[in-house]
Amino acid sequence: MAEARNNLILEATGLNKSFGAVTAAKDINIAVERDSFVGLIGTNGAGKTTFINMVTGYLKPDTGNIVYDGRDITALQPRDITRLGICRSFQIPQLYNSLNVFENMMVGLAVVLHNAGRGGFFSSGEPIVPGRDKPLRAVAEEILASFDLTSYRSRSAQVLPGGVRKLLDIALTMVAAPKILLLDEPTSGVSSEEKFGIMEMVMKVVKDAGATVLFVEHDMEVVSRFAQRVIAFADGQVICDAPPEVALVDPDVLRFVVGSQRA
Amino acid sequence: MDHLAAVFFDGIIYSSWLFTAAIGLTLIYGVMKILNLTHGSFYALGAYAAASLTGALLAKGMPPMLSYAVLLGSAVLVALVLAPLIERGLLKHMYAKDEVVIMLITYALFLILEDTIKLIWGVNPYFIAEPYGLLGSIEFGALIYPTYSLIIIFVALAAGLGLAWTLTGTRVGKLLLTVIHDPEIARALGINVGRFYLVTFTFGSLLAAIGGAFTAPTMSVVPAMGVEIIVLSFAVVVIGGLGSLPGAAIGAIIVGLVRSASIHYAPQLELFVIYLVMALVLTFRPRGLFSIAEARKI
Amino acid sequence: MRSDRTPQFLLAMLAVVLVGGYFLPLWAQFLLTIALAKGLVVLGLLPLMRTGLVSFGQALYYCLGAYAGGALGLQFGITDLFLMMLAGGVSAGVLAALLGFLLAKYRGIFFGLLSLALSMILYGLLVKTESLGSTDGFNVEQFTLFGVRPDQPMVRYSMLVAAAVVCTGAALALHRYLGTPLGLMAPAIRDNEIRVEYMGGSARYAIHVIYIIGATLAGAAGALVAAAVGHIDPEMAYWTQSGEFVFIAILAGTGSVIAPFLGAVIFGVIHSFAFDFSPNTWQMVLGTALLLIIVFLPSGLWSLFGRRFKANEG
Repeated sequence: MAEARNNLILEATGLNKSFGAVTAAKDINIAVERDSFVGLIGTNGAGKTTFINMVTGYLKPDTGNIVYDGRDITALQPRDITRLGICRSFQIPQLYNSLNVFENMMVGLAVVLHNAGRGGFFSSGEPIVPGRDKPLRAVAEEILASFDLTSYRSRSAQVLPGGVRKLLDIALTMVAAPKILLLDEPTSGVSSEEKFGIMEMVMKVVKDAGATVLFVEHDMEVVSRFAQRVIAFADGQVICDAPPEVALVDPDVLRFVVGSQRA
Repeated sequence: MDHLAAVFFDGIIYSSWLFTAAIGLTLIYGVMKILNLTHGSFYALGAYAAASLTGALLAKGMPPMLSYAVLLGSAVLVALVLAPLIERGLLKHMYAKDEVVIMLITYALFLILEDTIKLIWGVNPYFIAEPYGLLGSIEFGALIYPTYSLIIIFVALAAGLGLAWTLTGTRVGKLLLTVIHDPEIARALGINVGRFYLVTFTFGSLLAAIGGAFTAPTMSVVPAMGVEIIVLSFAVVVIGGLGSLPGAAIGAIIVGLVRSASIHYAPQLELFVIYLVMALVLTFRPRGLFSIAEARKI
Repeated sequence: MRSDRTPQFLLAMLAVVLVGGYFLPLWAQFLLTIALAKGLVVLGLLPLMRTGLVSFGQALYYCLGAYAGGALGLQFGITDLFLMMLAGGVSAGVLAALLGFLLAKYRGIFFGLLSLALSMILYGLLVKTESLGSTDGFNVEQFTLFGVRPDQPMVRYSMLVAAAVVCTGAALALHRYLGTPLGLMAPAIRDNEIRVEYMGGSARYAIHVIYIIGATLAGAAGALVAAAVGHIDPEMAYWTQSGEFVFIAILAGTGSVIAPFLGAVIFGVIHSFAFDFSPNTWQMVLGTALLLIIVFLPSGLWSLFGRRFKANEG
């Protein structure tokens, strides 16, 4: 049991959250192992986003706690949680639209540097990015290259194709070298041909970086292909927690989740 | 006791004047989401037009009692000619821009109009005292007020109630209210928001011009009028809530009474107390006392 | 491919002003000094505008700095120009540090309105303060530089030199600052503040710091102008003064630390010639220029020159 403990990067215990009459989360217990790839599925309003918001600190659970890497983060501010290494990407890519792709990276890294107190007015030379131990520009180029975005570096973020915007959004999420990556519908709004490509790219980068991924997905093919484990939500509760081949044929999942995907 | 009565009446008279001067600004913001600095220009132009026209007509032998109608008419003339020109000619093409940029555009227009006034009327002050002196004065116990002050109060009430009736009683008005309170829904309902902008801008500018026109008899009309009224109007409108008509009334009353009190009891505070209230409201209730506009605050 | 030639250009400009300024007629030296001072205020506005915020209240600090500088002479008999500017900058900076807690929470026109209200509060206070001369203000004693009172022919030139040196220093410092992480964060805050927050950054902190910088520069500039003009009055806090700074900032654009000074000089030239030509139309000229810039050249005049100086700016 003790060894299993060390292997858990995230432990949510007894999470409950209500908004008046609406129960957004009911007795959520989730333990995530390091370096795992977990898919969160469920219809809209089932509780996936509530869970993510609680993990990232934007929502405080009514009861229960969240332990990250052995540390209780339940009461921490979102900014602190982010700085500790839990970062999320967005369903609609959140980019710096007036800047080009390279500048987006630079600016993203600037935030990391600033948080770490590096590269201030009185420092000399190019600042070293914490966690990667390389100078700013080199890291920016590196991250772009790992996501195959180098050819887009001079293009304004506004005029990028959908799949590229997604990748840039995820790349920005990675600049702080997070230990837990929360991806909110990483393939939504992307054409079917591109979906797998994007997920493969993300998986490769994440494996190289050594991070744990929780991703929300509605596309069951993506889930079955890339998730090692599936957690299904319905009505604020976890109704199934199993490997994809089991979860995706589970009767409850079929009834409450997959069935309604047809809509 | 007399002191309190004086504070009260002075305050109400000043409030009425402020209300008339500021209401157009909040209407335009409410519908168009623009902080319109040409507001000051219309105010000044209303005053200048009123002074010139009334003076000219009086010289031609117009019966003095008609001068009140001329004051109103001057304001209408100014607004109906200039406002559509500005809205259709320039503003219409700028609505897609950021709110601060549009504000700067109206600032540019204000600068241009300031000089236009100087070119047309020169820099010397104008006086048009007849409408003011004509009515004599009124006594309230030991307090004496010029009867013209009642005109000021009357105009404020007429403007406020008239606007309120228009908004709640007429079809156009109700549509405008929808646009003020929920522009998204308004568009979803298919309301041609753009067409209402012309009406709103003209009407709001008319109200500013009326404010200026009826102020003309009480003071010397100088180019700086526009500059001063802008900040005062901002204060009133922010305190009441950007876009809120009842808010503008409450804001005007608060500012008027506070200023009156400070003049009587603490004159050294007079000038800045208005902006202090404005700053306090922005600090603690940034949407104003009757919020409609969501203050952009993070 | 990073050839950031801004520092070299700034130093070259300093040399031009130092040498060429000696031969300018007195009125030109004076005007150039004032232009540099206003450019300094606008330099302070630059990082703030990069975060997307337009302050309509820089006159608060400009005026405060002027009165602080002037008060040094009045109260303590200190007339050293650099000390005056230091007093102006520091007092403004301290006030901004306090007010920044409030202001950094606001965006858009609410930021503008609150900054405007605060500057008008100062205006109202000063107008009613007898000991500071109310609306008349007060005169400032002839300044000294390092204990030396410049002789008549050299007064304007020495002031110009002091102004140019301070402005160049400030521009160099700000240029470096804009390359630091906090400086790089500015356009990010403008484009997507929420994203910045989700990356663990604090937009409020960044804006607060940037606000203090802007105020400090405005305060120093105010003291400079007080010494140059020899007189201070509450009009320096009036909202139209803030409007003038915003105008120059728009005219110049935020593309480089050189832009504010370029804008201020051009503004000064327009003002002088237009005013001399016809005092009742120069605002019309300004208003028209502002309109044209907003419509046709929204990144300001600097966007015409920008490319050659572009380096590692975000």
